[in-house]
Amino acid sequence: MANPILEVRGIRKRFFATQALDGVSICVEPGTVHAVVGENGAGKSTLMNVIGGVYQTDEGEIYLEGEKVSVRSPNDALQLGIGFVHQEIALCQHISVAENIFMPAIRGAGLVDFKGIFAKTAKLLADFEAHSRIDPHQKVRDLSISQQQVIEIVKALSVNCKVIIFDEPTAALTESETEVLFRIIGTLKKKGIGILYISHRLAEIYRVADMVTILRDGRLIETRAVADITQVELVNRMVGRDLKDIYPAKAVASAMGCGAAATAGPATAEPILEVSGLTRKGEFEDVSFSLRRGEILGFAGLVGSGRTEVARAICGLSRKDSGRVSLLGEEIEPREYRDAIAKGLVYLTENRALEGLFLDLSIAKNISVMDLSRVASVGLIQAKAESGLAEKYSSEMQIKLASVGQKANSLSGGNQQKVLISKLLSVAPKVVIMDEPTRGIDIGSKAQIYHLLRKLASEGIGVIMISSELPEVIGVCDRVAVMYEGRICGILEGADVNERSIIQMACLSSEERETEGTGAAV
Amino acid sequence: MNASTIKGAAPADAKRGRAGRLGGKGGFREGTTILVILGLGLIMTFLSPYFLTVENFRTMFMSFAINGMVVIAMTLALISGGIDLSVGAVMALVGIVVGTLFLNLHMNIWLAAAIGIGLGLLIGAINGLFITRIGLSPFITTLGMMQVGYGVASVVSQGMPLPLQSLPDAFKFIGRGMIGSTGMPFVILLFLVVVFVFDFLSRRATIIRKIYYVGSNEKSARFSGINVNKVRMGVYMLVGALAAFAGILSIARFNSATNTLATTVNMDAISAAVIGGASLNGGEGTIFGSVLGIALLALIQTSLNLMDVGPYWQSLVTGLVLLVAVSLDFLSHRKTR
Repeated sequence: MANPILEVRGIRKRFFATQALDGVSICVEPGTVHAVVGENGAGKSTLMNVIGGVYQTDEGEIYLEGEKVSVRSPNDALQLGIGFVHQEIALCQHISVAENIFMPAIRGAGLVDFKGIFAKTAKLLADFEAHSRIDPHQKVRDLSISQQQVIEIVKALSVNCKVIIFDEPTAALTESETEVLFRIIGTLKKKGIGILYISHRLAEIYRVADMVTILRDGRLIETRAVADITQVELVNRMVGRDLKDIYPAKAVASAMGCGAAATAGPATAEPILEVSGLTRKGEFEDVSFSLRRGEILGFAGLVGSGRTEVARAICGLSRKDSGRVSLLGEEIEPREYRDAIAKGLVYLTENRALEGLFLDLSIAKNISVMDLSRVASVGLIQAKAESGLAEKYSSEMQIKLASVGQKANSLSGGNQQKVLISKLLSVAPKVVIMDEPTRGIDIGSKAQIYHLLRKLASEGIGVIMISSELPEVIGVCDRVAVMYEGRICGILEGADVNERSIIQMACLSSEERETEGTGAAV
Repeated sequence: MNASTIKGAAPADAKRGRAGRLGGKGGFREGTTILVILGLGLIMTFLSPYFLTVENFRTMFMSFAINGMVVIAMTLALISGGIDLSVGAVMALVGIVVGTLFLNLHMNIWLAAAIGIGLGLLIGAINGLFITRIGLSPFITTLGMMQVGYGVASVVSQGMPLPLQSLPDAFKFIGRGMIGSTGMPFVILLFLVVVFVFDFLSRRATIIRKIYYVGSNEKSARFSGINVNKVRMGVYMLVGALAAFAGILSIARFNSATNTLATTVNMDAISAAVIGGASLNGGEGTIFGSVLGIALLALIQTSLNLMDVGPYWQSLVTGLVLLVAVSLDFLSHRKTR
């Protein structure tokens, strides 16, 4: 075996009362991908931030190619050859792609060689096959989230690194961009670069990683070769208990009765939400579907296929150009989101930090926001009622917190997501539309959210789940509407809800599907 | 000795952390501002025999009672994530317009004052329209409005102060009168009442809570069903009305109106609010904190006067206090990360 390219020994890091890392050691061999897994709050990101120079370790050492190094800042890390692709996109929105990518290189007193960096950027983007859609001159703010994530990755690749840290690199990537990333990781391995890879998507880890280190509550649980550990075993080690039923049983078995659903046809259950001919020019066209009582309807498709836009138009967060939306048989025409809320239609944003939470405000204030009148009398907020509401939901949703007066940004991702869901449920909705409800959260919280969605559905609340993660779409949804370029190209149900059918529909236009027949390669 | 100091500091630090986690930043800042005020007051009591006198305190309160209304207004704008640089101009313009209506058109002063408030609301609404409909930044919009306001005030007054000694006594009373034989100026009582009401509402009223939501995260507010534009519109109209009210109080107090009256009001109001815990990023700040901020600034000014330090030094000291207060807060925040 080769000498490790990166080794950390006995890393300990404390934040106030929380021991975020408690003596963690990792060894990364050159030319391998070393995955780090664990639930949210297990210490993965803290560890990466220590290696990447964002945090200073309290105890422990870092060795790079056998030499002890001290990484006091992200800049130190870069100089040493440690690249870091952060989970959160941290690009300068107002300047060009090329200037963002070469920001570390733009230093000193000289003039910027714009010609050079634009050319180099074009080459790097070509390596990434960034679908020739990204122009090095484009401003970052004009790019989609997934394109911005591509820029983050390309930026880390632009420096000659010995070690690259990927922290949830695929969270915002489309399927095809993810494929390209995996290919690039393959190339990096051949060059002998050591890669640290964090992801909540276990399938990815089995796809790209050689070794896997499991963290729990800041402690190192185990390091194993990926080939030697089964997925179930991995999850159990992460969670520290048996997690048999990630996905709840589907409605087919419980509520609807097997026979009726299996014959397809119009189900017996009454429709709660009916959408017909919904169109918003440039975003989606002629979208029609109905959501029946007791079911979870999934929306699959590529990022940018119009799923989010449809959901937002239904809820009055954007204007539709034409089409009708009926809730419980009554046509609704929300002019703004509050009208939809008043009718019982709520939407969970896919972008928790930017559009969901008030990070600097307390958990109680985050939960009460949608209808303050419940916790107020004559226009004055009753502090007790407000914290009571929050306490009720935090215990129902099992949000881990010290007090509901705590700021929202003190919670882990999974718990933040539960706060957001509490906020929606607190207005007693009739239909909930959840956009990527499990993005970037730990597997324990994911399972909890899946079971919650099923419980809501069985209580008669209409549930729509938009998701880019196929396993959860397949595991959770009774029927799945697949979108392609702004249109619903099919609604799958029963046994047709499988990976192959969804990918075929999501990635190919109908003509392509016809010509390629069933043999479509995915 | 070093070691013991560090040990001594640790529990205080931990407590601070807990307060921070409970979202008690405002309370912390208010607490420290009160301590600084008390400390400085104590020092001044020993340094000057004139400090701890009714007369001195009356003068001090009078010096910020009227501008304090503007501080309240500015705080609301800051909480919403915006800023209003036109408050001083509105104050001056409303004073001149009300004075002109009374002096040249012989209008009833109360009616003129009501028109003045209406003018404040109108200017606020125009600010709001530029900010919400056209999408200009509050800074740019109100910077422009500040210039326009001064411009109109200068044109109307031709740069000359309006002599308003002929104002009716009942109106003069608002600005200069004492309550009975207590020696308590009416305007101070009025100020305390307004502070109390706004502080109470800012902690409890659903309407003002929405300002905090919008300031904390505008997008999240929208995705929670809050009509962000309506809230911001309301904020700038309320700010305009409060600034107009301050303008009317100032002509009642000084019995004259001048377009230069309110030149330093904007920056003093921002300084006071920031010292008191408001954030230029929005979502943070309290009325009580901001009023403590302006009280501290007034106390410093009085102290320097009593110590015979020339007026040229006062701005320097005010600036240093602002920088120190904000730096301390920033450092304590960074530690908690």
